[in-house]
Amino acid sequence: MHPYMAGLAGGALIGLSVAGLMLLNGRIAGISGVVAGIGRNRGERQHADIAFVIGLIAGPPLFAWLSGAWPAMHGVASLPVLAGAGLLVGFGTRLGSGCTSGHGVAGLARLSPRSLAAVFTFLATGMLTVTALRGLAP
Amino acid sequence: MSGTVSGTMNRTVPRLAASLGAGLVFGLGLSLSGMLDPARVQGFLDVTGAWDPTLIFVLGSAVSVALAGFTLARRLPRPALAARFDLPTHRRIDGRLLGGAALFGIGWGLSGLCPGPAVAALSTGALPVAVFVLAMLVGMAAFERLPQPRSEAAPAARPPAPIRPEGPVASG
Repeated sequence: MHPYMAGLAGGALIGLSVAGLMLLNGRIAGISGVVAGIGRNRGERQHADIAFVIGLIAGPPLFAWLSGAWPAMHGVASLPVLAGAGLLVGFGTRLGSGCTSGHGVAGLARLSPRSLAAVFTFLATGMLTVTALRGLAP
Repeated sequence: MSGTVSGTMNRTVPRLAASLGAGLVFGLGLSLSGMLDPARVQGFLDVTGAWDPTLIFVLGSAVSVALAGFTLARRLPRPALAARFDLPTHRRIDGRLLGGAALFGIGWGLSGLCPGPAVAALSTGALPVAVFVLAMLVGMAAFERLPQPRSEAAPAARPPAPIRPEGPVASG
């Protein structure tokens, strides 16, 4: 399948997940919020967040079983860079109340001005960062 | 208190199953879309280099389907399995939102990973992904230790306002 077609189809599944969680449970499927929710919530809400994360982690193996190949992962950064990036992503998504799923998919689909501002901001700093990385590369 | 709310509280198992299913479909979609691949995500952010537009197709498709679902949700009194729609209540575009998004974008650009793909890719067993997710959890925990401003103080103690106020509060 062409990468753009796979992107469209995969994106539709992501949208289906976001729509389904709202229509069934009334919840926003924002991954940073769900992950943080495991730490800060108790009771059923915590259990629901754990169930979502278990499903999310089971996604790639199910994909591998259905398609016969694991999803590709290239160009993984060095461990120190990943550790620094992880800190920024964890802290930044909590401070900014969302990530690519909560602001990028659910927020834009809700036509939220806050999410639109967040998406423009993280796209801008992400693009600047990658451009700077390319400039530094030998 | 909440045990008297028949019809919503005894749907715990279906709700957990819905969460599990939504996570699974999300993970499957990420896998199919190619967004688990840090090189592809960084390729999208590399607008001055060899730009890879795939992420636009993923995001456009996901937002379109979610928009249809949310449009339907707006016409319903409540979700199928829960008492109310639980939506963000903040309206202000402030320094926290933009500062947080800016920091997130830097980390996203450095790694090509954001929370969804990183957590999903834990199942590949790749050590670098585990390191990223561990650092992400540390970053989240660090945020929780910061003093919170009044508008967001103790969010757990103040449930978000329901869009249909008559629904029973099913917190905790």
